[in-house]
Amino acid sequence: MSVLILVEHDGKSVKDATLATVTAATKLGEVHALVAGNNADGVAQSAAKIGGVSKVYVANAPALEHQLAEAVAPLIAKLMESHDAFVAPATTTGKNIAPRVAALLDVMQISDILSVEGPDTFTRPIYAGNAVATVRSKDTKKVITVRTTAFEKAAAEGGLASVETVDWSGDPGTSSFVSLEASESERPELTSAKIIVSGGRAFGSSEQFHSLLDPLADKLGAAVGASRAAVDAGYAPNDYQVGQTGKIVAPEVYIAIGISGAIQHLAGMKDSKTIIAINKDEEAPIFQVADIGLVGDLFKIVPELTKKL
Amino acid sequence: MKVLVAVKRVIDFNVKPRVKMDGSGVDLANVKMSMNPFDEIAVEEAIRLKEKGVATEIVAVSIGPAKAQETLRTALAMGADRAILVQTDEEVEPLAVAKILAKIAEEEQPQMVILGKQAIDDDNNATGQMLAALLGWPQGTFASKIEIADVATVTREVDGGLETVKLNLPAVVTTDLRLNEPRYASLPNIMKAKSKPLVAKSPGDYGVEVARRLETLKVVEPVKRQAGITVGSVDDLVGKLKGLGIAK
Ligand SMILES: Cc1cc2nc3c(=O)[nH]c(=O)nc-3n(C[C@H](O)[C@H](O)[C@H](O)COP(=O)(O)OP(=O)(O)OC[C@H]3O[C@@H](n4cnc5c(N)ncnc54)[C@H](O)[C@@H]3O)c2cc1C
Repeated sequence: MSVLILVEHDGKSVKDATLATVTAATKLGEVHALVAGNNADGVAQSAAKIGGVSKVYVANAPALEHQLAEAVAPLIAKLMESHDAFVAPATTTGKNIAPRVAALLDVMQISDILSVEGPDTFTRPIYAGNAVATVRSKDTKKVITVRTTAFEKAAAEGGLASVETVDWSGDPGTSSFVSLEASESERPELTSAKIIVSGGRAFGSSEQFHSLLDPLADKLGAAVGASRAAVDAGYAPNDYQVGQTGKIVAPEVYIAIGISGAIQHLAGMKDSKTIIAINKDEEAPIFQVADIGLVGDLFKIVPELTKKL
Repeated sequence: MKVLVAVKRVIDFNVKPRVKMDGSGVDLANVKMSMNPFDEIAVEEAIRLKEKGVATEIVAVSIGPAKAQETLRTALAMGADRAILVQTDEEVEPLAVAKILAKIAEEEQPQMVILGKQAIDDDNNATGQMLAALLGWPQGTFASKIEIADVATVTREVDGGLETVKLNLPAVVTTDLRLNEPRYASLPNIMKAKSKPLVAKSPGDYGVEVARRLETLKVVEPVKRQAGITVGSVDDLVGKLKGLGIAK
């Protein structure tokens, strides 16, 4: 089987989510990678080094620069004439593009897979991860998105794939990029961090969220996450949200502070290796998934913890 | 302009889903069902567009069992003008839902279709994108802000922050959580909704085959985490963190 994967990149470098996608794709067959962008030859060179990738397609066009689905999906659909499966990471980029490809190919997408059980059989979470379904696809071509935390990362170096340029001028011109308001942070990225400290509604204000959590995160070299309630209240930007509808994370250590543990939050972090919960309510559902719990007032505990580390 | 909104009847978000003993699926017997939360946001956004004078008519569509009528009545009570129920007892996949919606869009000629970004039962996050592909329309997924002039300016919640795109109309938009806070329907509006038009159709009326492309072989509970321990003090917690090798 020949598999086309979507390389997730920002025009400069290959994002980590690509590596887990390659691992999932190698379980299906020979892996080819698509770099869609503008002046993305450098990214294509990096993608060619990923272990397990045998060919890299690079398409450069102004319309592809921001990877708008309207421009990228027809390109992928064209390349799918010579591939059996398309695999993308279940990031916001992958989730935006892959279903559009699936519809163009008249294929039902298999979303957010956790494992590859066979050439047409996969497991995937449903109901916010409260159930895991094994599904078999009857479509001849497959379109798949991958839960990146469920697969090991392929080696970023060592591969020797060939690079082939694809001509593409298929911009439908129905959409255009205006701006990206990127949240700047010196800290590790949430989805690749080894340690995450995550705060909830209990922090009470943006000021307290940052004055308490940032020093703790800095001491631990951790990324900062948040519950939906904390994001809705404006304590943290949207891309900090962990959960069913936010980011799915699985760090070595996840420290949930002042977070109750709603199923939608648990859906995003319950595969963390060690979960630590700090909450003043000993009945809080977060303690049901925590390996280590500390019951008490975060406004006392967090400063003391930061000091003692 | 006319706005189409798609709504799905799903397990209420407050209910903890239970997997059936025989592994055939999630037990929905006697479970509270509600409108998918993201679809409530879609309905609310359409109503706000109407209140601003941008939208002139809101048509709510649901594809599902007879009981999905209740979901449509909720949409009507919130402020939608009329409803279409495409009735089927099959579990219809996003691809088939998108095909039905595409046919309805061809008939109704809306300038915008608003859908939730995902349904909280099958968590596919696919229908809106598929619909946009079938219609050849642009898509603004995971929207946290929509502004409409002669084009739609949509701010999207993406992994790296907030992305803004411009879309020609007609367009498909899928909602994220922070787009708005849906209103509750008032009692008088619930009463009024009962007399708003609701037509029943079938997938066959639109010539769409709803047979599943993905066969569910089994559904199981995820691996349970082992029960943990409670520590009594910050010092004990620091000790544990040292044990994990993340503190010196
Ligand atoms: C469709 C949908 C999707 C959703 N998606 C997500 C998602 O992706 N991610 C997500 O997180 N949520 C999501 N939610 C929301 C979710 O249901 C919860 O509302 C949310 O997670 C609650 O956030 P919280 O735990 O911060 O707040 P609360 O539930 O209010 O919990 C606050 C906790 O802080 C504790 N506390 C209060 N004061 C102190 C103190 N001084 N010291 C210590 N502890 C204290 C309380 O005991 C409580 O347990 C979603 C909801 C819906 C309907």
